[in-house]
Amino acid sequence: MKKQYETVIGLEVHVELATKTKIFCGCSTAFGAAPNTHTCPVCTGMPGSLPVLNRQVVEYAMAIGLATNCEITRVCKFDRKNYFYPDNPQNYQISQLYLPIARNGYVEIETGNTVKKIRIHEMHMEEDAGKLIHDEWDDTSLVDYNRSGVPLVEIVSEPDMRSSKEVIAYLEKLRQIIQYLGASDCKLQEGSMRADVNLSVREAGSETFGTRTEMKNLNSFKAIARAIEGERARQIELLEEGRPVIQETRRWDDNKESSYAMRSKEDAQDYRYFPEPDLVPIVISEEWIARVRSRQPELRSEKLKRYRKEFDIPQYDAEILTESKSMADLFEAATALCQKPKKVSNWLMGETMRLMKENGMEPEDLKFSPENLARLVCLTEKGVINSSVAKEVFEKIFHEDINPEVYVEEQGLKTVNDEGALRETLKKVIAENPQAVADYRGGKEKALGALVGQTMKMMKGKANPGMVNQMLREMLQ
Amino acid sequence: MELLDLTAVELGKKIRQREVSAAEAVEAVFARAETAEPLLHSYVTFNREDALAQAEEVQKKIIAGELTGPLAGVPVAVKDNLCIAGELTTCSSKILSDYRPTYTAEAVRNLQRSGAVILGKTNMDEFAMGSTTETSWYGPTRNPHHPEHVPGGSSGGSCAAVAAQECFYALGSDTGGSIRQPSSFCGVVGLKPTYGTVSRYGLIAYGSSLDQIGPITKDAADCAAVLEAIASYDEKDSTSIRREDLHFTEALTEDVKGLRIGIPADYFGEGLDEEVAEAIRAAANILEEQGAVVERFHLSLVDYAIPAYYVIASAEASSNLERFDGVKYGYRTADYDGLHNMYKKTRSEGFGAEVKRRIMLGSFVLSSGYYDAYYLKALKTKALIKQAFDQAFEKYDLLLGPTAPTTAPLLGESLCDPLKMYLGDIYTIAVNLAGLPGMAVPVGRDQNGLPIGMQLIGNHFQEKILLRAAYTYECATNRQFEKPADIEKLQETCREKTVRNTVEKKEEVSAGKEVQAR
Repeated sequence: MKKQYETVIGLEVHVELATKTKIFCGCSTAFGAAPNTHTCPVCTGMPGSLPVLNRQVVEYAMAIGLATNCEITRVCKFDRKNYFYPDNPQNYQISQLYLPIARNGYVEIETGNTVKKIRIHEMHMEEDAGKLIHDEWDDTSLVDYNRSGVPLVEIVSEPDMRSSKEVIAYLEKLRQIIQYLGASDCKLQEGSMRADVNLSVREAGSETFGTRTEMKNLNSFKAIARAIEGERARQIELLEEGRPVIQETRRWDDNKESSYAMRSKEDAQDYRYFPEPDLVPIVISEEWIARVRSRQPELRSEKLKRYRKEFDIPQYDAEILTESKSMADLFEAATALCQKPKKVSNWLMGETMRLMKENGMEPEDLKFSPENLARLVCLTEKGVINSSVAKEVFEKIFHEDINPEVYVEEQGLKTVNDEGALRETLKKVIAENPQAVADYRGGKEKALGALVGQTMKMMKGKANPGMVNQMLREMLQ
Repeated sequence: MELLDLTAVELGKKIRQREVSAAEAVEAVFARAETAEPLLHSYVTFNREDALAQAEEVQKKIIAGELTGPLAGVPVAVKDNLCIAGELTTCSSKILSDYRPTYTAEAVRNLQRSGAVILGKTNMDEFAMGSTTETSWYGPTRNPHHPEHVPGGSSGGSCAAVAAQECFYALGSDTGGSIRQPSSFCGVVGLKPTYGTVSRYGLIAYGSSLDQIGPITKDAADCAAVLEAIASYDEKDSTSIRREDLHFTEALTEDVKGLRIGIPADYFGEGLDEEVAEAIRAAANILEEQGAVVERFHLSLVDYAIPAYYVIASAEASSNLERFDGVKYGYRTADYDGLHNMYKKTRSEGFGAEVKRRIMLGSFVLSSGYYDAYYLKALKTKALIKQAFDQAFEKYDLLLGPTAPTTAPLLGESLCDPLKMYLGDIYTIAVNLAGLPGMAVPVGRDQNGLPIGMQLIGNHFQEKILLRAAYTYECATNRQFEKPADIEKLQETCREKTVRNTVEKKEEVSAGKEVQAR
């Protein structure tokens, strides 16, 4: 590479909103139902059916707009985007082009020690399409309209990002805000959050933008980062060879770690947008905005401040716990039950995160209840179980959300506090390990550890380690 | 055939008084249809058994006192672009020739709640695009007054059926004059309500921002009763308007004293047939004699309505008709190679020429680079036209003029010259663009015996003024709809030709169905 290049990136992020029903009909939005069971004449494009706007969609969109510092458009409208595809039952998508609900916002991202504003050009509401399933065996295509009409917002950023790091930080920030608002679960794998990357490169110091490409099919943060690196390299290579970058849409194949062109600008479709005549303009009053604003839940920065005041936990813990709303919710609920913030935090920051990583899970995927975590904290606090047993019990809670009180009882995991029984075992251990006993008595403090270990082993880990230690010392004196 | 001469409201009264049963009424119209249909072809589907079953149900409810309204037990015909659950709903198009919706249009449900007996679905221009009912895939409907002439369109089947007494009233839809113009050509009463008055849910859309469903009846009293039955606020239609003044039958008083009637001078310009002009002037004089204040004025912008309409309606239609693609329902081409070829062949084979013409026109005006020049300009024109009407209604309670420049043209005459056909909508179209109520009322015939209709135009929500004026006119002239001469006699002259046409068409229909079954 002879020259220095700068990458310029803008993002189009689609987020499925968490409404119970679809944007223009009363069908359920639940994921994973049998094909075409959550459908009606409206979301399957039957003739004569008409869309009726779900007000909750507007409120979620307003909430996201407000939380990302956007101006809310007081009179906004829907438009039709016309294109033929079987997953699109009317062959037009109801979206917003001319008057989107929110415009001119920004979010702040932190990379390293710097804070940067990423501007949001606009955000609009639209309906999702159905899903095509290709049956290679029968050589047919089937279509499932359950997802057709699920509400989406598309958040379009300005080309303000310069690296994959910034892109990930921006996406994480958006996800955090939207999750905090409860407007979406933002799961990339399930497609409830999807990002298209617009990327161009230019010589460092240049004022003008290079020709951009749009990258689709990015299903994880890792894929996004890889696609950005790949596309940056591809474009620089072209420029170095003196060849032009072609404005086109490309599809990323994360397995091959490469992309291929889907369509160029020349064969880009003319969507023939025009105002949707079946819906009336949405008039958003000051009062409505104020109402949505007043219902806005506590966002992360406010939560951090409150944690500092309310809970005796280190700043570091607070930052990690509040990164995702579901983790913070879990922390607050468990703490409210057991009143031990630091202990709860330890379980979440330690074992929970370890197991999440092991199982490739996101905080939103956590299934266990704060009640059972709180019970576990109480059991260890009261010395009913010791810490090694507690770890074992926690794994059970993590995977199966068992009640630790019942489990400990059933499995006989309670710490043995019976002096008589312990004394018997200790006598046995002393008798069977004369060398270690001699070493200890000879002044080797370390030998005591071996004896404690033996005792714990014989008592299947249920002994109270403090008590074992103390009694051993007494008996060996 | 005395029974058939009754209006819907008169028949309803006799049914409630047990002088006639709903079933007898169905049998009477069926007998008439049996004679008239081979000639006229008003209906696409006519289901006698089903109608008799409904009549029986309704009769029970009338006897039980559950149904007491003016239309209980009265047989009605419904335009074939209104969905009825389980019934063929084709829009007179090959592409929907086997389509049976799972839901019923709100306007039809409202009629069902009033105890209406639905006879079947009436013929129309394909997807309501046309002014003659000749663009129907099932072949044209003929004018009952003169079978060599068209009934008008697109609700030609509904209007012909009412005129020929093949039903007691009918529903139509009106996007640019599709109720008023065929009503005028067939000599019946037709009303397009204020946009938003009747729910569009279940009406297969042509131009969504212009479409309204309305009554086609024998007189103003029937018109008021039917409008009262079908108008409702409907949450399923976002453009539906909540109105408190839906008691239209209250408007049936013989009183136009002091009513300010404006006659747009622009409606009497070039292209207007002298006989039509004369009949409209005479009608205006009658209302003046009854105490109305009649005055000529300049409405302006009349010439701009047609281009604005064809841009807006075609743009919306090009999008509304995208869903007919062979994927989910309706006609699909027999042989195809891949998705795009399937789309192309299905739509090429499934749509008729006039529909294709409007899809192409609509797609063109929405194309990037042309949107501002055509679609946006048309929207601005629409707003100006609305303003012109607003100004007129500052001075007048009602506007009066012709419904169409001529009486019904000969079959085949209009289709050879679509531009001329489009110009025939000149007086009706602006009313849709402005969202106003408009009504066609028969006022006489030309020397060929073809009916002439006047058009009454009201301000938003002023259907009652239209009904009052129409009712007063009818009382003063002692007339209702124009009854055709003798259907049976007309039929003799045309029998040969029509039978041949119908047979050919039926073969084509069944061929189409076979293709699809494969």
